[in-house]
Amino acid sequence: MLENIGINWIKKNLFNTWYNSILTIISVIFISWLGSGLLTWIFTTADWTVLKDNIKLFFVGTYPVKLLWRIYLSLAIITILGGISWGIISSKTNLFNKQNLIIIFSISITSIIISLPLGRQTGITLLGLLITIISSGIIGQKYLSKVSFFTKWLSLIWVITFFLVTGLIEGGLFLEPVKIDNFSGLLLTLFIAIISIVICFPLGILLALGRQSKLPIIRWLSIGYIEIIRALPLIGILFMAQVMLPLILPPEVRPDRVIRAICGLIIFASAYLAENIRGGLQAIPKGQTEAAKALGLNTPLMLTLIILPQAIKAVIPAIVGQFISLFKDTSLLAIVGLIDLLGISQSILANPKFIGKYAEVYLFIALIYWIFCYTMSLASKKVENN
Amino acid sequence: MNEEKTPLWRDERFWQMAGQVLIVIILLIIISYFGNNLNQNLEQLGIKFGFDFLDRPASFNIGDKVITYQSTDPYSKAILVGLLNTLRVLLIGIILATFLGIMIGIGRLSDNWLVRQISSIYVQTLRNTPLLLQLFCWYFAVFLKLPKIENPLTFLNSIYLSNRGMDIPWPENTTKTWLSLALIFISIIVSLLLWWKRLKLIENEAKSGKNLLYIILGLSVFSLLILIFGLDWKIPQLNAQIGFIKGGLNLSPEFATILFGLTFYTAAFIAEIVRAGIQSVDKGQTEAAKALGLKSGLILQLVIFPQALRVIIPPLTSEFVNLAKNSSLAVAIGYNDIYAVANTTSNQTGKAIEMLLIVMTTYLIINLIISSIMNIFNRLVQIKER
Repeated sequence: MLENIGINWIKKNLFNTWYNSILTIISVIFISWLGSGLLTWIFTTADWTVLKDNIKLFFVGTYPVKLLWRIYLSLAIITILGGISWGIISSKTNLFNKQNLIIIFSISITSIIISLPLGRQTGITLLGLLITIISSGIIGQKYLSKVSFFTKWLSLIWVITFFLVTGLIEGGLFLEPVKIDNFSGLLLTLFIAIISIVICFPLGILLALGRQSKLPIIRWLSIGYIEIIRALPLIGILFMAQVMLPLILPPEVRPDRVIRAICGLIIFASAYLAENIRGGLQAIPKGQTEAAKALGLNTPLMLTLIILPQAIKAVIPAIVGQFISLFKDTSLLAIVGLIDLLGISQSILANPKFIGKYAEVYLFIALIYWIFCYTMSLASKKVENN
Repeated sequence: MNEEKTPLWRDERFWQMAGQVLIVIILLIIISYFGNNLNQNLEQLGIKFGFDFLDRPASFNIGDKVITYQSTDPYSKAILVGLLNTLRVLLIGIILATFLGIMIGIGRLSDNWLVRQISSIYVQTLRNTPLLLQLFCWYFAVFLKLPKIENPLTFLNSIYLSNRGMDIPWPENTTKTWLSLALIFISIIVSLLLWWKRLKLIENEAKSGKNLLYIILGLSVFSLLILIFGLDWKIPQLNAQIGFIKGGLNLSPEFATILFGLTFYTAAFIAEIVRAGIQSVDKGQTEAAKALGLKSGLILQLVIFPQALRVIIPPLTSEFVNLAKNSSLAVAIGYNDIYAVANTTSNQTGKAIEMLLIVMTTYLIINLIISSIMNIFNRLVQIKER
């Protein structure tokens, strides 16, 4: 019986017409050629010591070793809060449905496999994070979702956490400060990406509103900004930010390289974000504006309470897509001399000890980028479906 | 009639006007402040603004060039060489990426399970990793890892792959070649016209148009024959003793990298656009066409594609523009496109602002050209209101 189902499935999905049969045979040959080549390379030719020896460099770069506890603490805070939010958001559904179980299972398997090339510590850390996220998720669903304080102020808690974690990592006040220019590796990539996303979001909203405005000067200024920036390559804008910012500021002010890079990314991304949000604004029926006006709301209140929430909700997938490409674009900072995840792998590869290990290193950081981008796109798909 | 005049401070229009004037004034102040700083800083550095440096000899060599260029030629010619290099990548890249993207996009909707999975993995992998990383992978882990020129990889005794790039057969610059090319071009145009006429015949007069189809078939066989035998093909010849490949066209590893990287990356995005476009056509359309007795090939041609194209072309335009902008990443792997040449020039002369202006204007113009050509296409496929 089961056998029959299997054969039927194969017949229906792989060999239903003559050209599909040819395609299937070609695909099987292609997959087996690629797969066998890849597997033999992974297990015999590839030399994974380059990853094991540099694992700290990849993740936190040259962050002072004696202050590493701050990174671990920040990670713990973020995972606990993430788990709690996951629990609260899915308070009415089953926390461990089939899809989530598959994800959890594959993460745990990956962290075990990954400890072979990366060392035991990385695997244990990953497993620890997974356990933290699951347990805080259960706590969040069981207990905290009934506390109205948490459900109401969840986004506010995230905002506070954002400042808390950046403060913790950067130092300052009573903590020993770490210079931003000393950030490198994945830490720098995440730092730049998150700060740029947070700042370019309100700017993008303002530009989108400006473009829709009835006031001609504001409208034309917004259109000019958006269209010019969108026609330029990012690498040119980043270069401009590195070269021009020090030139147009008074000689006393010399922003460091990371700040300049963030400025460049914000200038670039806000124009794209504005176009995404404009799409959402155009999707709002006119009746909404008229109803809000009839209720006697003034323009700022109308925008913040009625129009923007709906507009942004309508284009969440596009916005997340924009964030994903911003995250990928941070890799260009390696060209203008910053040591982000890609930059640090270039400098590791320049080390004579690890020369020629391009494939191993690139595969590893590609995996890191892929995990972040894919998680973001999965999350946006979930939001879209809800 | 005693019309009460609204006082100025209660008039909304006055305040809107005043607000806009205020914004312009603030903007002017900011710009003049920055400009003032720029002037002072440039004076301090001893740099004068001006384009007269373009006539001085460039004194750097360019590896890839379409026209003759020596290091004694002026900067303006170096920039022209860079521009031609950019256009070369752009043109070939757009054609290849569109072709591959359409194939993969259709592959994602194939009823063959394996083909669907392969296309989907392709899209998910390439879309979720940074382009720069992919370029580094192609360059360092593929093209530079190829065997030495004495012992290259060979396909069909006519294509050679070595760490000096790719050698492919290429027609020689003779009158015979150009004549054949002209013939091929004419027959392609005639076939396209006939094809369009045939569709019109089927749509308006319900004729099968078989005769036209045969003519088109004949024309394509004819052009294929001319392509193979009419052109003066020069097949590369390997001389293993001195490590030299004679004849044919050599694509440098840098050119091959930027071309392959851009093509494969952009194709993943185009595939998603094509898939969304085809899926946007309502299922009822296919069913209605089937009920009219159309064969599946004709359903695709007459019903699905014309409607899908309306959805596909606008995002396709922005994908082409993205490809143009992303081609500036060539600077990271040392392919001398316009951005890389400008980078070298501004490093040598210190004229960063002037070079940025030139590069930015060039990209603006390129993008304008791409979008206006695509807009013409767009107008052709949009619904014509009768």
